[in-house]
Parts: sequence; C-alpha cells; structure tokens
Amino acid sequence: MATADRPNIPIGDASQHYVDRRSKELLKRYQGTRERRQKKAEQLAEASQYQLMLAQFKKHRVAWVCLYLLALLYIIAIFAPFVAPYDKLQRFEEYTYAKPSQVHLVAADGNWHLPFIYGRTRQLDKKTFTYTFTEDPSKRYPIHLFATGEPYQLFGVIPTNRHLLGVEGDQPFFLLGSDKLGRDLFSRIIHGSRVSLFIGFAGVIISFVLGVLLGGISGFYGGLVDTVIQRIIEFLMSIPQIPLWMALSAAIPREWTGIQKFLAIIIVLSFVGWTGLARVVRGKLISLREEDYVMAAHISSAKPMQIIVRHLLPGVTSFLVVSITLAIPGMILGETTLSFLGLGITAPDVSWGSLLQDAQDVNVIANYPWLLAPVGFIMLAVVLFNFVGDGLRDAADPYSR
Amino acid sequence: MNQLEIRDMKTYFFLDEGILKAVDGVNLTVGDRETIGIIGESGCGKSVMSKSIMRLVTKPGEIVKGAALLNRKDGSWVDIFALEPNAPELRSIRGNEIAMIFQEPMTAFSPVYTIGHQISEMVALHTDLDRTKTRDRVVGLLNRVGISNPSQRYDQYPHELSGGMRQRAMIAMALSCNPKIILADEPTTALDVTIQAQILDLLKELQREDGMSIVYITHNMAVVAETVDRVYVMYLGQVVESTTTQQLFADPLHPYAQKLLRSIPKPGERVEKLEVISGTVPTPIDLPRQCGFVSRCPFAMPGLCDKKMPALYEKEEGHFVRCFLYSQETEPEDEWTNI
Repeated sequence: MATADRPNIPIGDASQHYVDRRSKELLKRYQGTRERRQKKAEQLAEASQYQLMLAQFKKHRVAWVCLYLLALLYIIAIFAPFVAPYDKLQRFEEYTYAKPSQVHLVAADGNWHLPFIYGRTRQLDKKTFTYTFTEDPSKRYPIHLFATGEPYQLFGVIPTNRHLLGVEGDQPFFLLGSDKLGRDLFSRIIHGSRVSLFIGFAGVIISFVLGVLLGGISGFYGGLVDTVIQRIIEFLMSIPQIPLWMALSAAIPREWTGIQKFLAIIIVLSFVGWTGLARVVRGKLISLREEDYVMAAHISSAKPMQIIVRHLLPGVTSFLVVSITLAIPGMILGETTLSFLGLGITAPDVSWGSLLQDAQDVNVIANYPWLLAPVGFIMLAVVLFNFVGDGLRDAADPYSR
Repeated sequence: MNQLEIRDMKTYFFLDEGILKAVDGVNLTVGDRETIGIIGESGCGKSVMSKSIMRLVTKPGEIVKGAALLNRKDGSWVDIFALEPNAPELRSIRGNEIAMIFQEPMTAFSPVYTIGHQISEMVALHTDLDRTKTRDRVVGLLNRVGISNPSQRYDQYPHELSGGMRQRAMIAMALSCNPKIILADEPTTALDVTIQAQILDLLKELQREDGMSIVYITHNMAVVAETVDRVYVMYLGQVVESTTTQQLFADPLHPYAQKLLRSIPKPGERVEKLEVISGTVPTPIDLPRQCGFVSRCPFAMPGLCDKKMPALYEKEEGHFVRCFLYSQETEPEDEWTNI
C-alpha cells in the first residue's frame, strides 16, 4: 500500500459525511444489543418454517396490528348478543329514527362523571311532521359495563341477561342511532356482523376447494382437460356478476329459513368466486411443472399424485394462503351487494348489506345519515383483511429470505 | 498517483440473526493504469466490497465506516462515502468515473430492449451527444470490443447474442463513458475457457489503449496470475495478504494464501489428491475477536490466534500480511469492534 503519494484531501465538514453520520445513527441503535441479538439468533437457528414465517409476519407491523383488530371483530361477532346492548329485533316505538345518543362526561353542573347519557324527550314538529329529540339535563343515565338488560341465551345454551354496555332504566341507549322501527342500529350491526364476517370464511372454503381442484387438474395435466376447464372459467367470468348472482339467488325458495338462505348465498358466491383462484393455481402449476426438480421426481419414478402432493403443492401453499385472505373481502362485499339488492339475507335476519337496504333512499340518507354506519364496518373489515393478506404475502414468500 | 483509495471500509449487514460483518476494515489503493486483483473464496466479501465502492449496497446492508477517495476526471478529489445516497454527484460517478462489469451477462441486460438501446442509455445519461452521434459512438464501441457487424448487432436483443458476445457488450457498456476505473466482478466466471481468454485479452488491450485501472474481483487464480499487477487476498471480510502478483505466487506468507495456491491443480503434474483447506468459512456473525482463519489454520497458536486479531503488517517492502507468525501486532479496536 503505497501511502507516499497519498493526496491531501480536504475531508470537509464531518457532519456532511454520509457514512459517518449514518454510522453514528446505527451505532446508537445497535450498541449494547449484542445479547438480545444472540438470543434472537439462537431462536431463529432452531425455528421451523412456520416460526420463520411468523417472525417475518410480525415484522410487518401494520399487518400484525390488523390481525389483532380482525380477531377482535370476530370475537365481537361470536359474542354478538353479549356485546350488543339490545336484541336485533327489539323495538322502541317512542324512538323511531332517533339520532345517536350523545355520550357525556361533564354534566350540566360542570362536574365530571363516568360516561352517561341524558334522557331524551320526543316532540312532533308540526310543520314537517318529523320527530325531534331534545335532551333533558335533569335526568342522567350512567352507562354501565356488564349492565343487566333483556335476557338471552349465549350460544343458545347459557341463559343470562348481562350485556357488555348498557343503560339501565327506561331510556334506550343508541350508540349509532335507531332505524325507522326504533331498533338500535349498533345492536343490529353487531348481530349482522355474524353473517357478514362468517360468510367470507365459509364462501372462501368452498371456492378454495373448487379452485385448487379444478385449477390443479387443469395445470398439471394440460391438454384437452386444461382447454375445457379454461373455457368454462372464461365463460363464467364473462357473465356479468350481478345478473348471475341475481339469477342464482332467484332460485332460492322463499320459505327457507335464515340458516338455509345463508348457506345458499355462500354457494352462490363461491360458484362465481372460484375462477380467479383456479387461474392462479393453474398458472403456478404450469411453471412449477417445468422445473428441474419435478423432472428429477419423474426420473426417480414418482407417481403423479406423489409429485403433486410432495413437490408441487408446497410450492403454491404460500400463494394459496395469500389469495385466500385476499378473497375473503371479495366475499364480504359480494354478500353486501346481494343483500343490498334484497336478494340475500332478508328480515328478520340481518347482515351489513341488508342493514344498508334502509339507506337506499336519498331522503333517508339526507335526514338520517347514521343509517350509513354499516358502511364503516364493511370498509374496516375489508381493509383489515387486505392488510393481513399483504403481510402474509411478504411473510410467505420464500424468496424474500 | 492513486486513482482510488479505500480507507478502513466496513460494510455490515444488519440481519435478524445478528450483525454480519461482510467487509470489516479493508484498505485498498488503485493506482493509475494499474490492474488490481481481489481474490478469495465465496462469501469472503469481495462482491460486497465492489458494491460498496459503487454505493450499491442495499438494505439490510450498510457501509458503517470508512472513506473512498476518488480522483475524478477533472482532477478533483471526492470521498464517495461522503455523498448522500441520492446525490446527483454519485450518479455522475457511477458508470462515468467507475464502471462495473457484472458476472452474469445473461441477466445483466434487460431482455426487452436492444443491446444498442441499453448502451446508448448510459451514453445519453453522461454525455450530451445527440441521437445519431450516440448511435455512432455505441457502434464504434461494439466494434472495439470485437463484435462483428456492430451496426446490425446494435438492433439485436440480448437473447440473440451468445454468452461471449453478451459479455463483450457488457464491456462496451462499461467503457462507453471512458471510465477511469473498471470494477470487473468475476467477468469470466460464466464463460468457457477459450472465451475467458479472449475477454481477458480484450480487457488488457483496452486498458492499454485507454489508460484505465481495472479491479478484478475473482476466485480464479489463472486470471490473477495472467493479468494482475497487485493482489489482495481476502478472507472473512478482511485483507489477509497484499502484494505484487509475482511475490504472491513465489512467496505467499499467510497460511490461507499458501494453502490456496497449493490447492490449484498444475497442468502436467500428477498428484494423488489435491490439497484442500479443511473446514468451512465461518459465518461472520458475532464472531469472537480472533484471527478469522484460526479454525482452519495448521499453524494456529492457541492462546494467541484465538484470542487476538492480528494487524496487517508490512513484512517486506510492499508485502503485507495479517498473521501472528510474522508480527505480534494486533488490530486496533474501534467503536464497531464490540458492537
């Protein structure tokens, strides 16, 4: 290393030196983390594929938070009668189209209290013939946790009358207002989430089976089978979705019960929904089929089933997991569309889509905008699923490591 | 006069498994019209080093220390490591002052544009020639690197050229802006032996004509012996020996270099079994402070080699070695040593 002719370089302002500056930042971040890093390294060294995926998924903060929120949504759906203050059909005749109850912390006298609502009285506006509600500051109704209310049976077996939130006394508690029959919208949304959230899962399972099976056959065997299946898919995809749904739901008998209708709608949705997944699986299998390791399996005289199950499917599982999570919001939106059009869930059952039926009229929306609240829940669920799917894609991709 | 001086360069990768010290304190100089060789086995940090010089290390990798002083075409000096990652000055250095030849001519070209288009892009970015002049220049370049029918090849796609032709096109691309330094990252690895020799001859010739400096990064001893003036032997992110090529082949000092040279088959000489370096390179994550080669070294001295890290010591004029067999000097510690 000849240093004799080393030029005399003006190094300049040290704070302008990128690497020096970055170095200080990194040093600060990593100083003294050696033990923690070593512990992590040991964990990773003996981690299974699943644990590695989990670790990768946790690094995607947004997805991780969304997964928790999603779990919360599902827990709420499962414990719907407990979380909702009222039953989905319970009516308060005095309170039709009531505005959302205002939750107060400070009383009229300026003192702080636990959350409470004021009693409301209804007057008829003689000019417009609409009811207006005025708060009566003299009557305070505190909001209770685990309040006693209407008796119900949790999971159909446990009799109880406790609700997560509630107001005791003669004043109803409308967190998100009430509808034209004076039913609590919040309670109805919570009850409706059972249908809306679980239809996604159930529908995806059916379209998943159909998609993987038909897409797999199509991709692995190719030739005539492939052509036939692909033409069927193209045919199904070319039919406008809403008329197809409408035609299929028109076939559902009127006299069927809620559960039967629910299952019928799942079948309707998944009948249309499997095509996308089948395409993905086919495309993936076609490319994997040409890989040298599949050739190697052929040469070592593995049977076709062995090749599919042991060598091809592991290559697509990560894609499948991701496309499932991304397909669920599609199912939720599909159910919403159907129910909104009056073709899906009908009264007395509720879903987020059927709740929006009340908001079909522009006048209603202008006067009672809170009836659009289910939209917020739909958007929340769809966005959460999309973020989780995004995180899963990053975590499941074997090439990212 | 040196063209490029790397001082104490450290490039670390901040992984989940720990901090991987890919390049850990490399000093390197490239003189005017000099040909430098950097040799070492896979994973010793050669490629990361060349990427660091070009500031192309991507996350989770970071250059954490050092300076890279470059003598620019206009005679001024610049510290490449001082520049912001998105600085325009940095872009004017890449390709223009320091060009790179990549290992895989198959994937280094985009399959959707013609060869000529891709080389022209480089010329257009660094010069203000108009379109016809750019084309003339690129055709001239293709001709210089020995591509027949250059004006026809200009409009061909990468898949229409053979591997050797593609590598020549890569070289034309690297030369397109008359760089002062070319970093050739294993330029011949993907080619067969006859083409390898042609490409090396071509580079040698071009170097003589244009007066460039070339840094070969390779694990091919034949390339080193034939073309290189001065060699740096790298092991585990550090330079363990640096000297002239003749001296390295005549009198290798570091046990690693000795073993490396003995593991090459010599034509015409029958041996029962080639000598191998036993063991494998450890992963440079959270290693204890010791000589990196200690686990594979036949001369390892317990209590010394596995406790301290030797410093690069100038045993003879211009012959540096990092080994306790020659000097008791230890590498000074810095803020990154015990991170």
